[in-house]
Amino acid sequence: MLNKVNREIPDDILKEKNYKPFETTEIGNPETTYVAHQVKVSQGDNKLVESIPEVIEKTGLKNGMTISFHHHFREGDFVFNMVMQEIINEGFQDLTLAPSSLTNVMNDMVIKAIKAGTISHITSSGMRGTLGDFISHGGLKDPVVLRSHGNRARSIENGDIKIDVAFLGVPNADAVGNANAIHGDAVFGSMGYSLMDAKYADKVVLLTDTIMPYPNTPASIEQTQVDYVVKVPKVGDPDKIGSGATRFTKDPKELKIAEMVNQVITHSEYFKDGFSFQTGSGGAALAVSRYLRKSMIAKNIKASFALGGITKPTVDLLEEGLVNKILDVQDFDKGAAASMANNENQQEIDSSWYADPYNKGAAVNQLDVCILSALEIDTKFNVNVMTGSDGVLRGAIGGHQDAANAKLTIISAPLVRGRIATVVNDVTTVVTPGDSIDVLVTEVGIAINPKRKDLIAALKNVPGVPVYTIEELQKRAEAVVGKPEPLEFTDRPVALIEYRDGSLIDTVYQVKD
Amino acid sequence: MERLRRTMMFVPGNNPAMIKDAGIYGADSIMFDLEDSVSLTEKDTARMMVFEALQNVDYGNSELVVRINGLDTEMGRADIFAMVKAGVQVIRLPKTETPDDVVETEKVIAEAEKFFGIENGRTHMMAAIESAGGVLNAPAIAKASDRLIGIALGAEDYVTMMKTRRYPDGAELSFARNMILHGARAAGIAAFDTVYSDVDNTEGFNHEVEIIHELGFDGKSVINPRQIPLVNAIYAPTDKEIRNAKDVLHAIEEAHKKGSGVISLRGKMVDKPVVARAERTMALAKASHLVDEEGNIYAK
Repeated sequence: MLNKVNREIPDDILKEKNYKPFETTEIGNPETTYVAHQVKVSQGDNKLVESIPEVIEKTGLKNGMTISFHHHFREGDFVFNMVMQEIINEGFQDLTLAPSSLTNVMNDMVIKAIKAGTISHITSSGMRGTLGDFISHGGLKDPVVLRSHGNRARSIENGDIKIDVAFLGVPNADAVGNANAIHGDAVFGSMGYSLMDAKYADKVVLLTDTIMPYPNTPASIEQTQVDYVVKVPKVGDPDKIGSGATRFTKDPKELKIAEMVNQVITHSEYFKDGFSFQTGSGGAALAVSRYLRKSMIAKNIKASFALGGITKPTVDLLEEGLVNKILDVQDFDKGAAASMANNENQQEIDSSWYADPYNKGAAVNQLDVCILSALEIDTKFNVNVMTGSDGVLRGAIGGHQDAANAKLTIISAPLVRGRIATVVNDVTTVVTPGDSIDVLVTEVGIAINPKRKDLIAALKNVPGVPVYTIEELQKRAEAVVGKPEPLEFTDRPVALIEYRDGSLIDTVYQVKD
Repeated sequence: MERLRRTMMFVPGNNPAMIKDAGIYGADSIMFDLEDSVSLTEKDTARMMVFEALQNVDYGNSELVVRINGLDTEMGRADIFAMVKAGVQVIRLPKTETPDDVVETEKVIAEAEKFFGIENGRTHMMAAIESAGGVLNAPAIAKASDRLIGIALGAEDYVTMMKTRRYPDGAELSFARNMILHGARAAGIAAFDTVYSDVDNTEGFNHEVEIIHELGFDGKSVINPRQIPLVNAIYAPTDKEIRNAKDVLHAIEEAHKKGSGVISLRGKMVDKPVVARAERTMALAKASHLVDEEGNIYAK
C-alpha cells in the first residue's frame, strides 16, 4: 500500500513484521508500557573479568539473541571488532546486532559476521561504505531496520529492541561498573546513546582500558546497571574518536549557505532572547554557529540551550555566555568532549531525553531552531539522508527525524553535488517527511515549505536571500546536471526505514547491477 | 546609468565546479580565464567549457567577461570566435602594450561578429595593462576602441618588470594605478585594480581596497569569492551619504516638477557631477542591500 508520503510499502512486510504505515508527524499522547529487563543480583564482588571469551561465557549469550554496542568511539572504535571477532570465533549463530549506529571501522567485521552466519538481523541508525554496499547488494537475507536515535530509545523502552547483552566500551570504569567518558585516554564526552543500553539490557558488559579506584564518580553508567567489567589493552584511538581542533570551512559555497541559514534564523520570529538551537556537525553547520554568534552579540540575544551532537564552536558560545546550557547526547570533537568534564552547564543526556517520541517529553520538543543536512530533498520537502543517488545505503538517520520537530527546521544543502542533484522531484528514500521541514537553504537561495505562510511572510524581503519555490530550485538543479536515468532496483527489500514512532516510512530495495 | 563593477571575480576556465558556481557570490562581473590559469594542454577544454557555460548557466545579473589568450598565440583567434558566438559581454585582452593591440583584437571580434551574423559592436572589450610600456600608453589604450568598457591593472608581471615586488602600502603601484585611472577617466570608461593573492589576509586585502576606493577605481579584481563581501563593504555608502544622495535626487525631482532649471539644495548649487555621484551612491546602496527598491534605508 501507499503510505502518507506516497511510498509503496509491501503488504507482506506490514503483515509479517506487524508494521503500521507512516501516517503523520504528530505523535499525540498515546499510552505505552515500557518493558523491564532481567536482573541477576550481584553483590559486586565478581564483576571484574579477565578476558572477552570469559565474559561472553558469563553473560550466557546464546544463538538467536540480541547484542548491542554504541558508536561513541566513531572511527576510533576498537571494542566492536574485538568483541565481534570473539563472538564469530565461538561460532554463535543468528544473532541480532542492535548498535546505536555502525561506523566504517566496524564494516568489515559486520560483513564477516554476516557471512559466518553469526549475524542474521541488524538494526542501526545508519551504515556506510563497504557495509552499505554489501547490504544494498543483498548481503543480508532479513532487511536491516533503520531507526533514528529517538526511535531507538523508544524501541528499547517498549521492547521492539530487546537487548540481551550490551557490550559497552568506556574510557574508564571501576571494578563494579561506575563509568564515565570524560576521563582516560579515549574520552568521548557524553555517553548519551549507550545510556539506553546500560538501562535496558539484560546483561551489561563494560570494556575499558583504565580501571579506576572505587567509587569512580561522576558516574554516567552506574554500578547498579553493570554485570561485568573487562579490562582490555585499548578501547579506542583518541585521534579517530573525534576530530581535533575544529577548522572553520573556507569553502566559499559552504560559507555562502551558512550565511543564508543565519539570515533565515535571525529574520524568523524564533530569534529572540532565550531561543534554542541544534546545528549538528559538518562544514556549513559549523560556519552557521560563527555567523549566529555575531548576530547574537549584535542583537544582544542569548540562547537558553543548544542541543544534540555538540561541537567546540557550540561550547565556545557556552563559555562566552551566549548559550546558557548545552544538552549533550554526543560530542563530535575533542574540544566538546573535554568541556563535558569541566563545565557543569553541559548536561549529558541519554537518547530518550534527547529525542524519544514516546516518553514524557523529550528535549527536541523544546527546540526552536534546527539545522539539518540532506543527501536529497524533493519538491514535497521530503528528505533523504540514507541512500545515495545510486540507491546504495550510505548514510545515517541519526537524530534527523527527531530534531526536525523543531519549530523552525532548516535543511542546508548545495543545489547539486558534483554532477548529482540534491534538490529532486522525488527522493530515492524518504527518511524525514516534508511535513517537518520548513526551509531549504541552498547556495542560490531558499525555498520555504508552502504550509509555513508565516515564514514566507517573514522571509520574503530579506536582502541577499532570494526566495524560490522548491520546484524552481529543482529545475535549476536539473538545468545544471540534467535528468538522470531512473534507478533500477530488484523487488527484494534490503532495509526498512522506520519513522520515529515506529511506523514504516520507506523501504530500500536491493540495487540492480 | 553605467553599471557597478566593484568586483571582477576570476574563474579559471578549466575548473568546472567553479564555473558552475561562479554566479552565486554576487560578483558584479565574472571573468572566465582562458589565459594564465589554464595550462597549454587544457586550452581547448577550457574554451569549450566556458563556451557551454556562457550559454547554459544562469549567472544572474553578473557581467560576463572572458580573458582570452593573446592574438600572438595560436589560441587567441579561436578564443575570440568561440566567445563571440557564445554571446559573451566583454572580451578581455591580456598584456596590452599599445593601442594597436586593442585595434587588432577589435578587428578579429568584428570579423567573428560578421561571421556569426551578430550585430556589429555587440561584443565589448576591456584591456589589461601589465607592463611599464602598457602603463605609459594607458591613456591611448583606453581610447583605442569604442568597444572598451574599461582597463585594468595586472600587477604581477608589472612589479617584476619594475624590479620590485608587492608591498603592503602599495607605493610600488602608485604610478601605475594613477595612470590607469586617469587613462580610464579621460576616456570615460571603468578602471579596475589588480588582484590580491593572499586570500587569508583579510586585513591586508581591506587596506588595499581602501586605497583603490579612495583613488576612485570602479572596483577590484578578486580571485576568491570570500573577497567579494569585503570589497562590497568598503564600497558601501554610509547612511549619511545615502540620505544626502536621496536629498539631491529629491531636489532634482522637485525642480523638474516646477520646471526650474537651476537646482539648489541647502543653499548649494546641485550640478551635474553632484547628481552623478548621488545616483552612484544610491546604486551602491541598493547593491549593498542597505536600501529597499524605493531607496528607504533598512532598519539595522
